[in-house]
Amino acid sequence: MLRKIALWIDDRVHLSKLYASTAGHHVPKNAESWFYVFGSGTLLCFILQVVTGTCLAFVYVPAANEAYTSLEYLNYHQQLGWLLRAMHNWGSNFMVGIMILHVAQVFLFGAFKYPREMTWISGVVLLLCTLGMAFTGQILRFDQDAYWGLGIGAAMMGRVPVIGPDLVHLMLAGPIIAGETLSRFFTLHVFIIPGTIIALVSLHLRLVLTKGINEYPVPGKAVVKATYEQEYENLVKKEGVPFFPKAISKDLIFSGVVMLGILGCALYFGPEGPHGVPDPTQIDTIPKPDFFFLWLYALLALLPDYLETILILTVPVIGIGLLFALPFISGTGEKSARRRPVAVLAVLMIFLTVGTLNQLGTYSPWSPHMTAWSAEQTPVKYIEGRSPLELQGALVLQYKQCRNCHSLGGSGGLRGPALDGVATRLTGDELTRQVIQGGGNMPAYGKNLNSSEVAALVAFMKTLRGPNEPPARNSTSPEQPTKTQ
Amino acid sequence: MSVNPQESRAALAESSRRRFLFKLGAALSVVAASLIGIPVIGFVLSSFRRRGPSESWISLGAIESFPAGQTRLATYRNPYTRPWDGATGDIPCWVRHIEGEKFQVFAINCTHLGCPVRWFQESALFMCPCHGGAFYENGSRASGPPPRGLYQYDYKIENNQLLIKGGQLPTLSQPV
Repeated sequence: MLRKIALWIDDRVHLSKLYASTAGHHVPKNAESWFYVFGSGTLLCFILQVVTGTCLAFVYVPAANEAYTSLEYLNYHQQLGWLLRAMHNWGSNFMVGIMILHVAQVFLFGAFKYPREMTWISGVVLLLCTLGMAFTGQILRFDQDAYWGLGIGAAMMGRVPVIGPDLVHLMLAGPIIAGETLSRFFTLHVFIIPGTIIALVSLHLRLVLTKGINEYPVPGKAVVKATYEQEYENLVKKEGVPFFPKAISKDLIFSGVVMLGILGCALYFGPEGPHGVPDPTQIDTIPKPDFFFLWLYALLALLPDYLETILILTVPVIGIGLLFALPFISGTGEKSARRRPVAVLAVLMIFLTVGTLNQLGTYSPWSPHMTAWSAEQTPVKYIEGRSPLELQGALVLQYKQCRNCHSLGGSGGLRGPALDGVATRLTGDELTRQVIQGGGNMPAYGKNLNSSEVAALVAFMKTLRGPNEPPARNSTSPEQPTKTQ
Repeated sequence: MSVNPQESRAALAESSRRRFLFKLGAALSVVAASLIGIPVIGFVLSSFRRRGPSESWISLGAIESFPAGQTRLATYRNPYTRPWDGATGDIPCWVRHIEGEKFQVFAINCTHLGCPVRWFQESALFMCPCHGGAFYENGSRASGPPPRGLYQYDYKIENNQLLIKGGQLPTLSQPV
């Protein structure tokens, strides 16, 4: 009886035919590898994001005056709201992370080469969409970071020549960051980008079915357009296995680990923010993007100012253009990473650069520490046994906010050099000149310090050296000509 | 033999009728879709071009609230807001009263990437928390990545009130 019902359903819905052409399609046996789990992992994260995001949308209010309150409500009042917010946040972290591994893997395995150009290209658009989701999602967590993040976005748009002001207006949906800006990002985050992702994932998966999953590359076996598709067909015929249930095991294990990872992180770390009400008049804030964009935040602090506008406007275009062009630049030939040193180096370099910039972004050494001057202690060893003038100098150093950029005894800003041991590097005259005229990256304090303050400050800084370190001295000393016998 | 030409004529008539119907249907749909599409695109892009003036004179309060020789934070309600804008419609700015009727009113946004600059009276510097930009008391660039000095609002004094001309987020291509 059950069998009859099953057969009837299959006859009407064509399930077994659907199975044979999709989940049951044959893949090369060597594609059954741990390296091939990141694509399905990214898709799993996306599905989880849709589920948790839909749940959050039941409560979230996309209006500038209520969004923050509704996030707090989700955190503290809504049953399990905190967990859903945490899972959505960690889901996005996992999604971006696993997607990047997926991109690196298909790049290193030459999967973008003939005949899978379109798979790669749709993947590049998916990569951009996912980063778009990460950015817009951060805006929906409508707090101070979101507000000033929008400000940073607008400031970048404002650098575009000619249509800059119009682009800013289009992005903000008005003259300032306000209610309609949030509505705009809500629409992007909830309708437009996810819709595009669903459409593109369909294409991406369809291409995996029609053009086949990339076989595990063998060093020395180059892709030749004339013969590749026949070879691939033979390979699948000879040693192909159905994706389900044979080749899917590792994907399933990875899926389980990813879900447990997201749940575990959500339970342990809890939801992210919201940090501070999105009220622009609360200016005691240090806006920072989420980790996906910290590298960009760092880069923008470190670029020389004369290059900045040019790089902001051209690098994304060139970079994205290169990603799209990749399968056409290098569409055939060697696939194995063992025979593609430049590709391996490129990946390593990108990972190292982005990783380093991200690491710098976490403590942003280029930013003044806004409260260092009033909050950090002056180390006792720099005060002990000092003359009144030097002690006065220590006060000037504190009071004039030098500590916001210069650290002393390991605390204070990192924008300028640490002042411990400054007397071994600069003489009294040089210190005076530097304080009054500034230079390098230091503002000039000449107008803002009177001569006795400068004298005290320099007297104090001249004491900043270790017990056995000689003070800096001029290479020539005109006042004391060397004695000649 | 006599049937064939008739049949083919009928087939011809039908195929030309089909073609006509296809063309009619396609044309009708294209026209209808454009009629729907044009307002949709117009709606979406309506904020691409700004309509009307986006700036107007805004009062920051009586000039007595800004003592001479000091720089103070002032806030104003943006002249163009929606009822659901909440606190985002309140915009801060720095007012420097030099002396008499001489003022400087700086936008809060750093000229580098728009973060809120903070005033430090003791060192007479504006410092930005994002990428380390610093500006002197008069708004000129002191150090860091900003490409220019702070944005300055136009101001005037009327009935003892300090008015500034504002209403939009300042950016490099459109300073206040």
